[in-house]
Amino acid sequence: MNARKKRRLLFVSFLLLGGAGAAGLAIAALQDNVMYFYSPTDVYAKHVSPGQAFRIGGLVAKHSVHKGRGAEITFTVTDGNKNVSVDYKGDVPALFREGQGVVAMGRLTPSGTFQADQVLAKHDEKYMPPEVVDALKRSGHWEEGKAQQ
Amino acid sequence: MTGKPVHIFELANPKRFMDVSAPVVPWLAAATTVTITLGLILAFNTPPDYQQGDTVRIMFIHVPTAWTAMMAYGLMALASVVSLVNRHPLADVAAKAAAPLGAVFTALGLITGSLWGRPMWGAWWVWDGRLTSFLLLLLLYLGYIALSDAFSDETRAARVCAILAIVGAVNLPIIEFSVQWWTTLHQGESILRRGGPAISPVFLWPLFLMAIGFTLLFLLLWLIRIRTAVLKRRTWNLMLRATT
Repeated sequence: MNARKKRRLLFVSFLLLGGAGAAGLAIAALQDNVMYFYSPTDVYAKHVSPGQAFRIGGLVAKHSVHKGRGAEITFTVTDGNKNVSVDYKGDVPALFREGQGVVAMGRLTPSGTFQADQVLAKHDEKYMPPEVVDALKRSGHWEEGKAQQ
Repeated sequence: MTGKPVHIFELANPKRFMDVSAPVVPWLAAATTVTITLGLILAFNTPPDYQQGDTVRIMFIHVPTAWTAMMAYGLMALASVVSLVNRHPLADVAAKAAAPLGAVFTALGLITGSLWGRPMWGAWWVWDGRLTSFLLLLLLYLGYIALSDAFSDETRAARVCAILAIVGAVNLPIIEFSVQWWTTLHQGESILRRGGPAISPVFLWPLFLMAIGFTLLFLLLWLIRIRTAVLKRRTWNLMLRATT
C-alpha cells in the first residue's frame, strides 16, 4: 500500500470515528429525551410532577380494565415492580387487552392517577399461529407479555 | 469471456466490468422473479398470527424492504470508501447508482410500516427511536442525491458525496440497536435476538425468501443502473468526439 492510499484510509477512519463520536455524544446528551416512554418504576424514581406531559408504558395489569359510561375506561399499567392507574376516554386500539403492552400519552393528576389523551398498543416481537399459542397454553408454557420490557 | 478468473479490481476497468456483467443480468432477473414469487405464495398461505390476524402479512413486505434499504446504504458507504481510498471511477458510479434505489426501499419501508402501525398500534406515525432513525436514513439518501447534483465537477461531487455516505453510515447501528437502547413503540428484534428467533418457522420461511428476493431485486436494479451509467458516459464521449 503506497503512502497516499494509507493517508486516504486514515482519512476515512477519521471520518467514521468522528461521525461515531459526534453521534455518541448527541445520543448521550439526549438519552432521556430519546426514550419514548417511562415505565411505572421510572415515574416513581423521577418524581414526575403532576401536569407535566409524558408517556407511560408497560403491560395492562390483569383484571384491571374497567369500562365506564360511554368511552370511559380505566386500567392499571404495570412493569411488574410498580403500578400506575390510568383514566382514559376514547377508543383503544384493537390489540388493547389485559396482559398486552400499552403506551399512553398524558399527565399525572395530583391524586396520582394518569390522565391519558392517547392510548397506543405495543405488541411484542413474537409471531406465531393461534394453534401454537393454544398448544403452549395447554402445556403450561405460555407466559402472556413475558417478552415485554 | 475467457476462462481466466476475474480479480475484483480488474472489474474496476469499465470495459471488463461491462463484459462480465452483461450475462449476469438475465440470470439475476430470473432468480429475483422466482424467489419473490415463491416468497409471495408462501406469504399468502401462512396461518394468521395469534394476535395480529392477517395484518401480520405486512411483515413479509415491510421487514425485507427495511433490511434492503439498510443493506443498500451499507453497500453505498462501502463503494464510497473504495472511491475515496482506491480512486476507482467505477466505485463512484456504483455509490451514486445505489442512492435512488436505497431511497425508494426506505420510503417503501416507511409507508408499509405506517400501514401496519395504524391498525396494530393505533397510530400512523410516532417519534420513537426506531422510526425516527429510519426517517433519518431517508433524509441521508435524499441529501446524498441532492449533493451529487450540486457540483458541476463530477470528481469533486464524488469526493463530497463519499464523505457524506461514510459519515452517515453511523446511523445504521443506531437503527439496528434503537429498540434495545431506548424504550420504543416499535417492538424489539425478532430474529437476531438472544434465545433464538421469536418468529414461528411458518412465518420465518416466507420472510427469509422475501428478504433474499428483495436483496436480489436491489442487486439487479443496481447492476442495471451501473451499466446504464457506464453506457451513458461512453455515449457522451462518442458525441464529444464526433462534434470536435
